[in-house]
Formats: sequence, structure tokens, C-alpha cells
Amino acid sequence: MIEARSLSKRFHDKKRGDICAVENVSFTCRPGSIYGLLGANGAGKTTTLRMLATILEPTDGTALVFGHDIVEHPEKVRASVGFLSTATALYPRLTAQEMVEYFGRLNGLDESTLKKRIDDIFDRLDMNSFRDRRCDKLSTGMKQKTSIARTLVHDPPVMIFDEPTLGLDIMAARTIVAFIRECRQAGKTVILSTHVMSEVEKLCDVIGIIHNGALLAEGTPMSLREKYQEKDLEEIFVKVVTAHVVPGMAAEVS
Amino acid sequence: MSARNIGIVYRKELLEALRDRRTLISTILVPILLFPILTVGVGYAVAGLIEEADREPARIVVLGGTDSPSIVSSLAKSKNLIVVSEPDNYVDLISNKKIRAAVEIPPGLQSAAGTDYSPVKIYMYSGDLKSTTAAKRIEDFFNEYRDNLARDRLTAHKLPTSFLKPFDIKQQNVVSEEKVAGETVGGIIPYLVIIMCLTGAMYPAMDLTAGEKERATMETILSSPISRTHLVLGKFLLVLTASLVTAALSVTSMGVSSWVIQHFQDQSSGSAMHIKIGLGAVLAVFLVALPLAVMFSAALLTIALFAKSYKEAQSYISPLMIVVIVPAIAAMLPGVELTPRLSLVPILNVSLLCKDLIAGNYHWNSIALIFLSTCLYGGAAIFIAVKMFHRESVLFRS
Repeated sequence: MIEARSLSKRFHDKKRGDICAVENVSFTCRPGSIYGLLGANGAGKTTTLRMLATILEPTDGTALVFGHDIVEHPEKVRASVGFLSTATALYPRLTAQEMVEYFGRLNGLDESTLKKRIDDIFDRLDMNSFRDRRCDKLSTGMKQKTSIARTLVHDPPVMIFDEPTLGLDIMAARTIVAFIRECRQAGKTVILSTHVMSEVEKLCDVIGIIHNGALLAEGTPMSLREKYQEKDLEEIFVKVVTAHVVPGMAAEVS
Repeated sequence: MSARNIGIVYRKELLEALRDRRTLISTILVPILLFPILTVGVGYAVAGLIEEADREPARIVVLGGTDSPSIVSSLAKSKNLIVVSEPDNYVDLISNKKIRAAVEIPPGLQSAAGTDYSPVKIYMYSGDLKSTTAAKRIEDFFNEYRDNLARDRLTAHKLPTSFLKPFDIKQQNVVSEEKVAGETVGGIIPYLVIIMCLTGAMYPAMDLTAGEKERATMETILSSPISRTHLVLGKFLLVLTASLVTAALSVTSMGVSSWVIQHFQDQSSGSAMHIKIGLGAVLAVFLVALPLAVMFSAALLTIALFAKSYKEAQSYISPLMIVVIVPAIAAMLPGVELTPRLSLVPILNVSLLCKDLIAGNYHWNSIALIFLSTCLYGGAAIFIAVKMFHRESVLFRS
């Protein structure tokens, strides 16, 4: 379970002054379901997810991740989370197995548990053929699998995916999408950010539309369609966003 | 504080460093090869040039000397000198290296030597090895001629040869070989240790911070449960290891190179001149340099962490070399001695203390003051590095 409570994040930029990247965002993600944070580039998706993963500290508000407060106990939160994004690359000079072992050890697994877990994950993801190959020699698909194995090694109850398919080819993206579905089936709490509508349609049980750091709309795909009287998710997104930015522009855009 | 987590990070960073060609070159290969190449290589090259200058007959010009034919003919017969007869433009010829030197024989030297004090003048190209060698040969010839003349005259007057040289003067060293080493090469070893502590730490410090940002692995590691304090300490220990390994290899390599050179010199010339540097003194230098390596490693990590890329980190760190080299060199200058005030100046204090240690002078008050102050600076540098790793504006600078 993830409960975001009035999360806010402000940065100071020398040129632009104080920037409010996320403003008073609250939502709940439940185990066994996928929450999709939908927004354009710069909307505040990555900042929100980084705060949930305790990579960034909120300026105001907090969140409970698997019962742990992200401000009070960030290390416990990280131990309960698997975080995957296009910015979470692999160490090029480690082998696939060493990479996963490193994160297993950092998550406090003892050597026998770690070995069992790695054997199991490598079998499941069909990674045995390249387990001793260095990460800089892996194909994109192999790298994706290794990243997945890295997030799974400590069997976290919460999974956070930040634009997980960004820049990937179709096959690599499919591996990730299948993996996200598996996480839901395994009863994990899953949150993902994306600006790809088809991904949201395919995967998400609950959608939150975020724009300029604020959560503007939230609901199941069905409830959003009913509320905005639109079938197409993209149209719903445009309606929500434009109505909020410049009231006069909504009609023009739609 | 979890030593386990720090150890996990350290082992992983060590494994990666050992697989990185650039780290291996800067930490292991360069310090091992630098001194043999500098000392043996350059030494052989210089020795080769000197040998060639010694072997090659020098073309010289004789100016005057028409009334001293036997001197001129003896000069022409002397070994490795060829007398050519182009006296008019000897300055140009020497400048253009067509001839190596010219000798001006004053009138009546042969008949009236000793009564007229006009000197024999040698014209040469100062600084040119072959010209200096030729001038030396001419000078040797005339020294021998003068000595023989004096001996003949003493014999003619039935006087002993000691008449002109009633006593000898000899210099005798009374201090230990260690003290001699301290004064002669004592400044070089601390300089070397200090510079190598810095250069050894440079590449790993950049690789472990700006390199991680560039390869997009910083966010990966920050998403793991390890605390940032443990993370930076693990990284710091690896940078410190590289720093100390580089310094140790450099000094070992320099020691071996010097030993080889001295061994061959002794064999070829039978020279008894030794520069002795005790192993204890070298270990003491390392012990004193340890907190300095701590300071360098932490400072480099902090500076490199600001950078977004490896290239940017290089541009921040390069000026640091000057900041370190200046005080390290200052200690080698003659007359710069350790004072209580200088004991607090980072880098310079360690450099001066090391010079004393090599010379076998153990002033315990200075040692304690310098060791403690450097530990303090090192501790402060680690503290700042840890603080920087907690700052989002530094880790995610855009």
C-alpha cells in the first residue's frame, strides 16, 4: 500500500527562482492493483515517484509506503520498494549476476538466501545464458531483464516504475509490460508513471492525471470516461489539463 | 554505522576498479613505469650522449702559437683532438658547431712560459656538451704541460715536487648517510608521495561520482536501502586505497630504480658514494601521509560529485594539482624549515616533516602536531563529502 499525503516538492533554481515541481499531491495505491500517474513531460511524475522511493525528500507532506513513513524511515521504505526507471542503469563492469548479488546484499539478504533467490529469478526470467556476461556487453533486452532481476531480488511488496518503457524497442517494452502485470498478479502494490496513453489503457486499474505538479483527476478508466463523457483516454487527458491551465484555452484546444 | 554495508560497497567498487583499464593504468601501471623510464631511460640517454661526446674527436682551431711549434704539435697529437686551420672566423664556426673550440696561445709561451703571465684562452660554446668536452680536453692538455714544466724546473733547482704543494685539503662528511639523504634527495620522496597520493585518487574519485551520474547508475544505487553515509564511506575507502597503492608503488619503483642505477654505477666506477634511505623512514613518511591521503580522497570525491560528467569533473580537479604542487615544492626549497606556524599549513607541513623523517630527525612535538592537524583536516574533508552526498541539489544538479 502507498498513501501519499499532501506531497509537495519545491526546488530553487538560480535562473528561474523557486519552482514548485509537486504541489499537495495525495493518492492511495492498493496491493494487487496498478496505479498509473499520467502526465506530460515536466508534469511532476518523476519527482513524485522519486519522493516515494525516498531518492528525493518532500518539502511538505509525506507518504506511507508499506506502512513506513518516507520522511521518518527512508531506509525501511527503500527496503520495501523495487524502483525501476530508464535512469536506473546497470554497472557496466559487473556481470548480470554480480549486479543482482550487489543489490541483494545491500538489501540485507544472507548469502544462502541470496543464492536461492538469484537462481529462482534467473530461471524465471531465462537469464542463465548471460548471467556471467558483463552488463556493458548485454543487449537492451538482457539489460532490461537484469534491471528487473535487480528490483526483484529482495522480493519487495511495492514496485515503482518511472516511465519504464521510455526509449525501449517493442520487444524490450513488452518484457517490461509483462513484468508489471506479473507484479500485480503477485499481489504487489504497483505505481507507474507514463505519458503513453496505450500503456495506461493496457495496464492501469487507477489513473491519476498530473499536470504542473498538481493531481487534477483520479479514478478508474471507467469512472473517468463516465465523468468526462469521453471514450478516448487521450481526449479525457486533454480536457482535464487544458481546463486547468488557462480556462479560456480549453475550448480552443478541444 | 554498518561496517557490513560499507564493506559491500567497497568490495563492489574494488571489483569494478580492477576491471577498469583506465584505473589500472593510472593506479598501477603509471607509478610502476614512471621512475624506471625517468631514471633508467633518461639516465641511459644522457649517459649515451656523454659517451658519444667523449668518444668523438673534437675539431679545434689554434690561434697564434707560431712561436710555440712544439706545443702546437703536441696539442695536435693529443688524443681526440683534431687541429684544423681556419682561424679567421672561429666564432662563427663554434656557433655553427663546425668546430668545437678554439685555443689562443699567447706569444712566446714555449720560450718564456712562467715569466709572462698572459693566459692561454679557450673559446667555446657554453652549455654545448661536445664543445665543453673539447674545452676540457684542451684545458687538461695545458694543465699537464704546466705541471710538467713546473716539475722540470723544480728538478733543475733540486727542489722536491711538494715545494709548490706543501699540503692537501680534504673534505670529510661527518653525518650519517641518512642525514645526507635527507638533505639531498629528502625533499623528493615526500613530494613524490604527496603528488602520487593525489594523482592516484583522482581518477577513481571522478569515476565513482561524476562517472556514476554520467552512466545513470547514481539513481540505481540511491534507490537501494543503503544509507548515503555508508555509500560515501565505501566509495571513499576505495579512493583512499587507490591513492595509497599509487604512492606505495611509486616509492617502491623509485627505490628499485635508484638501487639498480647505483648498483651499476658502483660496478662500473667503483664509487663508494651511497645515499641511504632507511625503510623505517619511508614507512614513517607513509604514516604521516596517510591522513593527507584521507584529505585528498575526500576532497576529490566532494569536488567530483558536483560535476555532471567525467569531463566536467576533470576541469574542476585539474586546478587542484597546482594547489597541491606549490606547497609540496616549497618544502624542497633550501632554507624552508619546519616552524610551529608552518606545522599547521596543510600539505606543506607534511612535506617538511617528511624531509626531516628521511634525514632521521624525529621531533615528536612537530610529528604529533602535524599528524593531528592533518587528521583534523582529513576528518573535516570526509564530513563535507558525507554532507554533499545528502544534498539533492548536488546529486541531481541539472
